[in-house]
Amino acid sequence: MPKRRSPRARPAALVLTLALALTACGSGGSGAGPTTLDWYNFPDDSGALQQAADTCGQASGGRYAIRYNKLPRTADGQRQQLVRRLAAHDAGVDIMGLDVTWAPEFAEAGWIREWTGAQKEQVTADTLPAALRTATWKDRLYAAPYNSNTQLLWYRDDLTPSPPRTWAELLAQADALAKDGKPHDIEVQGAQYEGLTVWFNTLVGSAGGAVLTTDATAPALGAPAVTAAGIIRELARSAAADPSLANQMEDQNRLALESGTAAFEVNYPFVYPAMKADRPDLFAHFRWAPYPAVTPDRPAAVTIGGIDLAVGAYSRHPDLAREATLCLRNRDNQLVNALRGGLPPSLRSLYTAPELTADYPFAAEVLAALESASLRPQTPAYQNVSIAIAHALSPPSAVDPEHTVAALHGQIGDALGSKGLIP
Amino acid sequence: MTVTAEIPTRAKISEGSRQERRLGWLLCAPAVLVMTAVTAYPIGYAVYLSLQRYDLRFPQRARFVWFDNYAAVLSSSYWWQALWVTVLITAVSVTIELVLGLALALVMHRTILWRGAVRTSVLVPYGIVTVVAAYSWQYAWTPGTGYLAGLLPPGSAPLTDHWQAIGLIILAEVWKTTPFMALLLLAGLALVPEETVRAAQVDGAGFWQRLRLVVLPLMKPAILVALLFRTLDAFRVFDDIYVLTGGSNNTGSVSILGYDNLFTALNLGIGSAISVLIFLCVAAIALVFVKVFGAAAPGGEGDRR
Repeated sequence: MPKRRSPRARPAALVLTLALALTACGSGGSGAGPTTLDWYNFPDDSGALQQAADTCGQASGGRYAIRYNKLPRTADGQRQQLVRRLAAHDAGVDIMGLDVTWAPEFAEAGWIREWTGAQKEQVTADTLPAALRTATWKDRLYAAPYNSNTQLLWYRDDLTPSPPRTWAELLAQADALAKDGKPHDIEVQGAQYEGLTVWFNTLVGSAGGAVLTTDATAPALGAPAVTAAGIIRELARSAAADPSLANQMEDQNRLALESGTAAFEVNYPFVYPAMKADRPDLFAHFRWAPYPAVTPDRPAAVTIGGIDLAVGAYSRHPDLAREATLCLRNRDNQLVNALRGGLPPSLRSLYTAPELTADYPFAAEVLAALESASLRPQTPAYQNVSIAIAHALSPPSAVDPEHTVAALHGQIGDALGSKGLIP
Repeated sequence: MTVTAEIPTRAKISEGSRQERRLGWLLCAPAVLVMTAVTAYPIGYAVYLSLQRYDLRFPQRARFVWFDNYAAVLSSSYWWQALWVTVLITAVSVTIELVLGLALALVMHRTILWRGAVRTSVLVPYGIVTVVAAYSWQYAWTPGTGYLAGLLPPGSAPLTDHWQAIGLIILAEVWKTTPFMALLLLAGLALVPEETVRAAQVDGAGFWQRLRLVVLPLMKPAILVALLFRTLDAFRVFDDIYVLTGGSNNTGSVSILGYDNLFTALNLGIGSAISVLIFLCVAAIALVFVKVFGAAAPGGEGDRR
């Protein structure tokens, strides 16, 4: 009898052992040893995020360890992966890096936890007001700004000794360069994706308007939006437009300047270390200036970007996760993230810290842009609004300002109510 | 004749054949259960979701709305635009593939020298993962990085223009699946008896006459199956568009529309309604091929028509 039973019993025992081993892994170390917190964030190649996770784990005195999980490269891919996990009530999502537009959406769906009390005060202290507003929904704080971001105008001073201050000057300078047969393209995010929404949002804000009303329940648009659409059309139809404008995203913009075919780009500061590494010869002439304004009397209201850290609603260790989040975004880790990863901090005092300014020569311009920044439409339906805008403005050369803005008005109204289809 | 023979057996079923039938059902049962679990359940669930207003971001607003989502989809210009693009891509690419595939099948069928090498080289595109191939096309047609874009006049970026982008999507589809068409048609060519073709030749029929009057009619079952497979496949076109244009400039197919509404807008109701409509379109295509043209798997009923 025992001889007969053993061949059956052995696989059963093996399965049981495996199952036990798996539950032990999944529970995040409920027994001895530190609790493992899972942190989902954008894929960082600089090593800054891994370093932050490691140092915070060590500093916790053995109470927790942070496992840094890399999300897909594109923002849409990151959002989809997080949404899939959260919709399935995944208890393994402790800390998440959210794009600045996701906090209202995730908060409305009940996927992230609110910050209150002393921890909320810790988050708000010294944090840039615009960054905090991205993490707020219905007057409640749902995330802790990890890094901020904004665009500047980057140019080559061998082609353009004095940088343009407005879009009109920018186009005129590019035109003059084109007539001289020199590199003259203006690189901007013109593909049908969120980058185009950001460009439009910045232009509308710079013209003194907004995409949505202040309570975010209806489209605002109006004359500033028509002005903005007019600038997009004018650039797309000028000699300065990149032939691939309608397919260009941030990285193609960077590459176009690095390859020497373009003279200007509006882009995030990551282009600076990239140019330094890729084209040292061009880097000698690589300069920055404030984002071009729409009118000479009003500085541009550049759309703020960045990552906010949120604690998952289904996390088994919310208190530890909040504590770890505060560590991940502390001064030291933000400094490393700025210097190694090239991402602007969300703490205001860092912008004047000598450790930062030495390697971050445009810190003052970035801070100035962040102080006067505009927000992307703050609504849970932001994705729909963004898609409606990007679709209406694509391709940029086909924009008909009055008509496009009128059509957009109706589409944004539908998008806000999550009514109908998105294109 | 067969009809009269079948009725008595059905009426008086012997004990032996009843047991055989029961055994047949028992043997089928696991497959039926698995198919129900993996196919019928998701389809049923999609239909159920499509009758609800259900946006993942507003879970508290979820409610049953009957056919409101279908009304929203069918009254939307985005749906009709996507359907038109899908039908256009399907019709044009399948037509080109049929002609090219037949030519390749004839070459493969007649090749005497390096037969294996010829067949392998023809099949290479079909062996490459679609997304990988699509990325290589995307880079090839992007100014600056692309060898094909370099052949065009300076300043042209074909993937940013509606018609050019549609043309390139069709090209990518044709490049990828013509080998599959050729393979199916090659199997069909094997059905054509050599002596029939020779007899036609002796009777004085030229190449085109033999092809049109002898080979093609005999290959009809295989051609219909190949057309059915490719039409269904082409109607669901997603990956080439997703990589090449992402659906911008009105180049999105119905699958892209469904994907965007489900996974980007997180609108489960609308997204499911689009999915169900795609399912109905695919079912209608299959029905038309089977009932009107009489397509069937080779060796099946269609052979006898």
